Amino acid sequence: MGHLYEKYVWEIPVRATHWVNVLSIAVLTLTGIYIGSPATLGATPSDYVMGWVRFVHFTAAYLFAVSVASRIYWAFRGNRYASWREFFPILTPAGRRNMLATFRYYTFLCKKGPQPVGHNALAGTTYALVFVLYLVMIVTGFTLYAEHAPLGTMHKLTGWLLVLFSNQTLRLTHHCVMWLLIGFAIHHVYSAWLMDVKERGGVMSSMFSGYKAVRTKD
Amino acid sequence: MARKQGSDTEATNGLEFQDSVSTLLERRGVTRREFMKFCTAMSAALALPPAFAPRIVRALDEVKRPTLVWLEFQSCTGDTEALLRASNPTVAEIVLDILSIDYAETIMAAAGHLAEANLDKVVREEKGTYIAVVEGSIPMKDDGIYCCIAGRTALDRAREVCGGAFATLAVGTCASYGGIPAAAPNPTGAVGVKAAVPSATVVNLPGCPLNADNLTATVVHFLLFKKLPATDGLGRPLFAYGKRIHDNCERRPHFDAGQYVEAWGDQAHRHGHCLYKMGCKGPETFHNCPTQRYNDKTSWPVAAGHGCAGCSQPMFWDSMTPLYKRLPNVPGFGIEATADKIGLGLAVGTAAAFGVHGVLSAFRRGDDSEGAKED
Ligand code: SF4
Repeated sequence: MGHLYEKYVWEIPVRATHWVNVLSIAVLTLTGIYIGSPATLGATPSDYVMGWVRFVHFTAAYLFAVSVASRIYWAFRGNRYASWREFFPILTPAGRRNMLATFRYYTFLCKKGPQPVGHNALAGTTYALVFVLYLVMIVTGFTLYAEHAPLGTMHKLTGWLLVLFSNQTLRLTHHCVMWLLIGFAIHHVYSAWLMDVKERGGVMSSMFSGYKAVRTKD
Repeated sequence: MARKQGSDTEATNGLEFQDSVSTLLERRGVTRREFMKFCTAMSAALALPPAFAPRIVRALDEVKRPTLVWLEFQSCTGDTEALLRASNPTVAEIVLDILSIDYAETIMAAAGHLAEANLDKVVREEKGTYIAVVEGSIPMKDDGIYCCIAGRTALDRAREVCGGAFATLAVGTCASYGGIPAAAPNPTGAVGVKAAVPSATVVNLPGCPLNADNLTATVVHFLLFKKLPATDGLGRPLFAYGKRIHDNCERRPHFDAGQYVEAWGDQAHRHGHCLYKMGCKGPETFHNCPTQRYNDKTSWPVAAGHGCAGCSQPMFWDSMTPLYKRLPNVPGFGIEATADKIGLGLAVGTAAAFGVHGVLSAFRRGDDSEGAKED
């Protein structure tokens, strides 16, 4: 492995928001499933099961929203691997070539995949879509949340969505996107494992340390 | 009421209405005490501080009656029924009575062209000062031929009457947002008043049927402040539709506690637990049912053990169904293809696909991507 060397790729904000997202999405999913289809867990009316679950859901929602906002900010401030450009390889000819090459590798059409330092081209594109889903979740979630205080600022900001789409449409969207994100999480963990094994770049551990094994000096 | 007060008004209204509302009430056998009680109840319904009650008394003491015309289009007459059955007779009924109800198909004595002439007269002579109440939706398809009165379409009549009114009160969900006639596939192209006559000043009082208390309160607000109440984004007065059912529901402690009815008639149902899992739409419906209740505050659906159907939300028949499930069906799929089944299928499918991919990858020979060997 003489030609490999450790390169600092993922800066602290990238890793921090990543793991905060993991944690908050896990909590949001579990509490969300309970809120959507609760079991009778309270024994007496003085219990507060749903109350606490909703409290945790809303707190995690704030955490998630701040994390996503921070990551978007960092897409304009961070290093080249954190940049928003990484999420839109489709905009450049080289990016499009990489996307095709990665696709051919994934579908067994070709034996060698590209060896990117940052995100691989398909992953970057997927993350752009995932961020759109995140925003959909945040917007629909806070719109529904704000309904408890119809004269509040949040409801004033989001109320037009309830007029445009019905509350029920927003709830269904919020619920279905949860399933899409669960699907994404499965895919994401698998791909990371695959890359780890095949590239031997240590992409998994790089999300803790920030360092990735790369081939040549840029 | 924007209508001018003074000799000309009195002249058109006739001698009887030189008297104040309270005198009229007295003549009808409503005591001062009942009248005061009504005014206090109205200040509560309007969510005004109790100090407003004497102001309501004064306003109603002085008021000269404005004209009110009640139009009925594609409806089941439920709102008229709600109004008529509100009480026997309460102050509320008389206050609405005291508005000169010059036209209301179900209850007016006149018929045929005489009745129509009455309406024409109001529109002609009291332009900009009368109140129009609309019950039922207005069909737009095929030039509106699906609802005609005296040979004229509902749309035509609504344009004329609502367009010339000081304000239009759309009572019930049909008049507000099209209601059941507008439910998919909406064969008549039914819409609410505001959609049919965009130029009209409309206050929506949805509900299936409307709560007569909210109608009376809107009229009292109007007599008291000489203007229409503040409304939300859907044109509904905030005093009546400013809060969610869920946030005022008497079953809410059971919701927060985590105690749910799982089947009709089970132990939890008999104990009055929360109807959330039975598809109650209280969490997504704005109305004052829990506090104002129906039929002289006797009861309301959730108190009676049935979940809220969300009847005061736009297009409730399409968006609040299935009534006994939490979420709407995913559009474009069969009834059984609920969101969770699709979601679970998606998740399992993803996992399976990657499992297969993983196995194939493991057997892939001479994989040049094993980068550490490169360069
Ligand atoms: S019965 Fe309906 S409105 Fe009442 S607390 Fe339960 S879900 Fe909310």
